[in-house]
Amino acid sequence: MSSYETFLLFEDIDRPGLNTLEVYQRERGGYEMLRKALDMEPGEVLAQLQASGIRGRGGAGFAMGTKASFIPHGDMDKYVVCNADESEPGTFKDRELMQKNPHLLIEGIAIAARAIEATHAFIFIRGEYELQADILERALAEAKAADLLGSLNMWVHRGAGAYICGEETALLDSLEGRRGNPRLKPPFPAVQGLYQGPTLINNVETLMNAPLILRMGGDEYAKLGTERSTGTKVVSVSGCVQRPGNYEVELGIPSRDILYGLAGGPPEGRAIKFWFPGGSSSPVLPGTDEFLDLPYDFESMAKAGSMLGSAAIIVVDDTVSVVDVALKTAKFYRHESCGKCTPCREGTNWTVKMLERIDNGEATPMDLDIMAAVCDQIIGHCLCVLGDAMAMPIASMIKHFRPEFEAHIEAARERNGLGASIPPLNRDEHAGPMPVLN
Amino acid sequence: VAIDPTRVRRFAHGSRVPGWDEAADLWKAPAVVPDAATTPVPEELRREIEDYMGRYPDFRSAAIPALHAAQRVHGWCSPTAIEQVACVMRLTPGYLQAVATFYDMFETVPKGRHDIYVCTNISCSLRGADDIYATMLSAAGDDPDFHVKAFECLGACDLAPMASVDGQYVGPLTEADCDAIVADVKAGRPVLPAKQLQNLKAAGQPGGGVSGRSEAGGEKA
Repeated sequence: MSSYETFLLFEDIDRPGLNTLEVYQRERGGYEMLRKALDMEPGEVLAQLQASGIRGRGGAGFAMGTKASFIPHGDMDKYVVCNADESEPGTFKDRELMQKNPHLLIEGIAIAARAIEATHAFIFIRGEYELQADILERALAEAKAADLLGSLNMWVHRGAGAYICGEETALLDSLEGRRGNPRLKPPFPAVQGLYQGPTLINNVETLMNAPLILRMGGDEYAKLGTERSTGTKVVSVSGCVQRPGNYEVELGIPSRDILYGLAGGPPEGRAIKFWFPGGSSSPVLPGTDEFLDLPYDFESMAKAGSMLGSAAIIVVDDTVSVVDVALKTAKFYRHESCGKCTPCREGTNWTVKMLERIDNGEATPMDLDIMAAVCDQIIGHCLCVLGDAMAMPIASMIKHFRPEFEAHIEAARERNGLGASIPPLNRDEHAGPMPVLN
Repeated sequence: VAIDPTRVRRFAHGSRVPGWDEAADLWKAPAVVPDAATTPVPEELRREIEDYMGRYPDFRSAAIPALHAAQRVHGWCSPTAIEQVACVMRLTPGYLQAVATFYDMFETVPKGRHDIYVCTNISCSLRGADDIYATMLSAAGDDPDFHVKAFECLGACDLAPMASVDGQYVGPLTEADCDAIVADVKAGRPVLPAKQLQNLKAAGQPGGGVSGRSEAGGEKA
């Protein structure tokens, strides 16, 4: 552990056998917090979660305690769903956490279930995580055999490969055995979710923090991090860095410490061109000092025009063309759009076509304005944020790197013998050959 | 400007838009819930699906696990596979077909037995995944046993570029590894044992550290 890191979730994470009940319970005192929670009133557990101020670790950053407090009281069937459908490009924190410490997740879910008095719990894990699902199933069987979960009915549910199922309402549809299409909100899942019952949906990392919050006390946990971004966060760093991997840091440390101090910065002789601060859905930030010195927390990222998202940092260095990254990003969202809302289904498709036009040398700089307008028309006009998740990074790339897009357009036109796109009247002598009209 | 009609790209059905994969026969009556008396279902598969159905408050939730099971038995989500699931779950084949076509891991056309998903998303492609995919395609060649697919982010960007071989994550890959993967799968050996996610030594142990945690150092400025 280096001086930049603060370990809560990663404490002892690499201990061999941590994924067995033997080590987790008998040697590390696991499941004690669950026993404590079962002795407490549900309201007290909820109060601890609220006092911790922990915000959702899956992307939206909504306060977990507040979300849980929306669940109505009463005698109906209530559900806890753990969102382990980690598909955001660049994110791999839940994979490591579940693989190495599955019992902590099971305990966290059981504590959350106690807080809202839920009867059923499901872990929705993406189908590609076969190793992790097997480990979770084994751990769950151990916990059930040791009678640790009481009357809570918990199962691991494997998905089948769809990014959209990470969206909470699409996840519920998928868990109900349908196509993963998002639902109209409101009603929010806290009121009407799985099987029309009140449902608490949280990310793996959020739920894993629940036992730690109970152990430390909510107020003590809130002292970590910044005032409005409490606690620690597992950050996944990938792309053009020397040491890609998961690092647990206190929220609010300078972004530079994560990118350079922990991940080692870009390879020798290269510089950071731009970085995604929170998965491929977050608007990109240039690799300039202004942005690298920002504290890494929810508010600072929002103020800089981006978002913390799932805290997956993807670093792009100066040897990579921004157009290639934009096309890759847009193609991903086109493929994953479920097709329910028109702005997303059509917008992602046309953005890809226009970016391909740039590559083919058929585009003009006006295409950039049209693309920005398409992005504008997607944002805020769909049932879920998948469309926004494409529009925001693409719009930010055009905003920060417009000269590069324009140079790419001109270069591709020259290459294809279409001539420059700028009309003769506005050209100066340095602008290259005249357009060929036919 | 006259347009040369031979330059206009057309699909097999003569249109410029791709349209549906197959034309639907609108005269055909919709398929109903299969008759259990005339639809044989392997006993093992039936038991597995019934086990899944018992786990959820609403039995329909078992649709995806059941399709996974059927795909394992039949190799792909064939009409027979879907009919058998429909028979056990008492659903129409159309409902299950709609579910199966939505998800990336279900194949509604015949595929090879061995799945090789090569991640080609942003983080992996920054480290050369597109070349790995091309090499993997040529390494597998036209062997019908292999199903090589460019997949979206598999959640292992610390191993980039990586692939999932029959559910086993391996990485970081070089182009030379592609032939080794194909050879290992053909011989029935464990695939690239030194590069498997589960065999990678945890960071912090001697010789470990694919994720850079153990090596990350330096004093706080």
